[in-house]
Amino acid sequence: MIRITLAAALLASSATAWAETHTITPGEGAQERLQEALILAEPGDTIMLEAGRYALTDGLSLDVDGVTVRGAGMDGTVLDFTGQEGSGEGLLVTSDNVTLRDFALENPKGDGIKSKGADNIVYYRIRVTWTNGPDPANGAYGIYPVESTGVLVDGAKVTGASDAGIYVGQSSQITVRNSIAEANVAGIEIENSRNALVEHNIATRNTGGILVFDLPGLPVMGGGNVIVANNLVVANDTANFAPPGNIVAGVRRGTGIMVMANEGVLIEDNIIDENPTAPIMVIAYTLEFDDERYNPMPRDVVVGSNLYGRGGDDPQLDGAEMLLAAFGGSLPPVMWDGLGSLYTVEGTPGWSLNLPEQGKGTGAAQPSPLNVPAPATEFDRTGIGAPAELDDRIG
Amino acid sequence: MKRSFAFLGLAGAALALSVAGTRDVHAIPPPIVVNDEAIMGDGFPRMLAEFGFFNRIDGRVPTGRVIAYELNTPLYSDGADKLRYIYVPEGAKITADGDGLLQFPVGTAIIKTFAFGEGDDQRFIETRVLLHRADGWTALPYRWNADQTEARLALAGARVPVTRPDGEEISYRIPNKNQCKTCHSMDDAVVPIGPKARNLSPALLAELVERGSLDAVPDVARPMPVWGAEDAKTAPLARAYLDVNCAHCHQPGGGASNSGLDLRWEQDDPFALGVRKPPVAAGRGAGGLLVSIEPGEPDKSILVHRMNSTEPGVLMPELGRSTINHEAVELMRDWIEEMEQ
Repeated sequence: MIRITLAAALLASSATAWAETHTITPGEGAQERLQEALILAEPGDTIMLEAGRYALTDGLSLDVDGVTVRGAGMDGTVLDFTGQEGSGEGLLVTSDNVTLRDFALENPKGDGIKSKGADNIVYYRIRVTWTNGPDPANGAYGIYPVESTGVLVDGAKVTGASDAGIYVGQSSQITVRNSIAEANVAGIEIENSRNALVEHNIATRNTGGILVFDLPGLPVMGGGNVIVANNLVVANDTANFAPPGNIVAGVRRGTGIMVMANEGVLIEDNIIDENPTAPIMVIAYTLEFDDERYNPMPRDVVVGSNLYGRGGDDPQLDGAEMLLAAFGGSLPPVMWDGLGSLYTVEGTPGWSLNLPEQGKGTGAAQPSPLNVPAPATEFDRTGIGAPAELDDRIG
Repeated sequence: MKRSFAFLGLAGAALALSVAGTRDVHAIPPPIVVNDEAIMGDGFPRMLAEFGFFNRIDGRVPTGRVIAYELNTPLYSDGADKLRYIYVPEGAKITADGDGLLQFPVGTAIIKTFAFGEGDDQRFIETRVLLHRADGWTALPYRWNADQTEARLALAGARVPVTRPDGEEISYRIPNKNQCKTCHSMDDAVVPIGPKARNLSPALLAELVERGSLDAVPDVARPMPVWGAEDAKTAPLARAYLDVNCAHCHQPGGGASNSGLDLRWEQDDPFALGVRKPPVAAGRGAGGLLVSIEPGEPDKSILVHRMNSTEPGVLMPELGRSTINHEAVELMRDWIEEMEQ
């Protein structure tokens, strides 16, 4: 027993002793020097990106477990992809236990940072900016973890994404917090994912602030167990600039927090102001589909107490004028299509389209004030959020 | 005709060497043999020559056990010519696995040189090697020098200005080691893509069996058509092109599995192949179009749009292509045009 402990201790100490730091500077040959460091890194190593602007022509990639890539701050170290000639993203991570922190990407031609099948990844104080502001020619996603278990995004800032600023897809055990998503089509999007915590973020000047979607036809479906809490969701009023064809192209300008399909979503303690279509929107998947594994309804969605400011006063909805007249000048904060199951705490104003069936459009809508029950039980928070050990890496 | 030229050149060079060697009989170089240790070790040899795949006289003629092969339908790489070779160590044997990927023994090397130009004007740009080591496959890129005398490891890849035979100037991308894996990846392990039995000529398979390098000629019910053959039918050719150029990512377990698109030869579910399938994470790559394939409407099909683009973030495949393969785009258009609406 003693021997085993000793061996474990030796192993642990040798791991730290062998970890190396490789320092990269901007300037001539930065593309090759940085990429070579990313390839030759050993687990436990840190790649330090000194302050400055790195002019890059091709996407970077990391495929070694346990590596930290660290810059001199999100305004100090800038990976500039304005002259990018190849690859679908700025940085691609395909290994586990990676920490990315304190650097920025500007103007990647496709996505910013994509991590695929990269478990237990930390994005800390990462900035991704398309410097020309909202533009359909911008890349789709700023921060893009997909097919991963264990995702922590903390202190990030994404601006200008033509799809979603921070997008987590087909993943589980996720925390997105303390981040700013501004002037994207979707600020923060959790898609086909489970056990996600979205808290203490600012979503502003997007088309839609925070989206929780579950879509058919994907390898991973059945999104749910999502908490959206303590966020500032303000003035998401940018006209939708997503290229048509993408699911977010259907998001109405002025949507605060939107849930489409999913099972078990809690929305509470958010400050939601100046979202002219709907401060909160809960709907079924809108299109027809052919996928037996998929449930298009929002189920067990709970709207707790939130602070609602101005909103619903300039909705981008069919029949807006009539609706505004009927509801006295502005729509109540919670909009539901009437499909699936929704619960709201007492005193939550809302309205329902009362749609009779999914995927048939809004032609049969019969709008009325919302009349749904209060949640009968406490929302089950077990297992929601990124694994605790991811916090230790940014301590 | 071209080949005999090459042999002549080789003979001339060998003659020159032997003349030089008359001063010292011991200076006659030993025959090059493949360096199994370089293949099997855990290092990254700095020079291609260290493997001993090619005769050192010009680095182009394969040594004894290195076998040249071709694919029925090849990957498009900006119009580069490909010279493909397989090396299987003595005593080791490939196992056939139906019409799919040949199962190569540890110690195998798969070698592919990318070149532009014909005959004497042919210039090697890079040689990529896939090494089957005890712990799996390793992919390494080697860049040829301007004098065409040696190829050096390019772990981080490179951009090389190339003038194609048609006069077009392109910025040719040598992939970095990770980008090799981006395509050659299945469930997070590096795997070969090309040498599937269905995409190899029966003559090659027979030769491998004859040499004792392959256990049996695999049973291939539906071989892939030969690219450029006059009698090739549109649909199978289109499906072969998609399998070879796209399916290494677009299949379950591949790099683009999250798209839900599965472009493998054996896939027959139209939705998985993209028929009326909306995009997932295409972003601006969708180009305002609603589905990957709209039967009868190539201009409304994202697949055609992305193959017909050279813009990063739009173009597909994401790696290895910076120019449009117009022939392939036309093929896709014809195929989609022919589909029942």
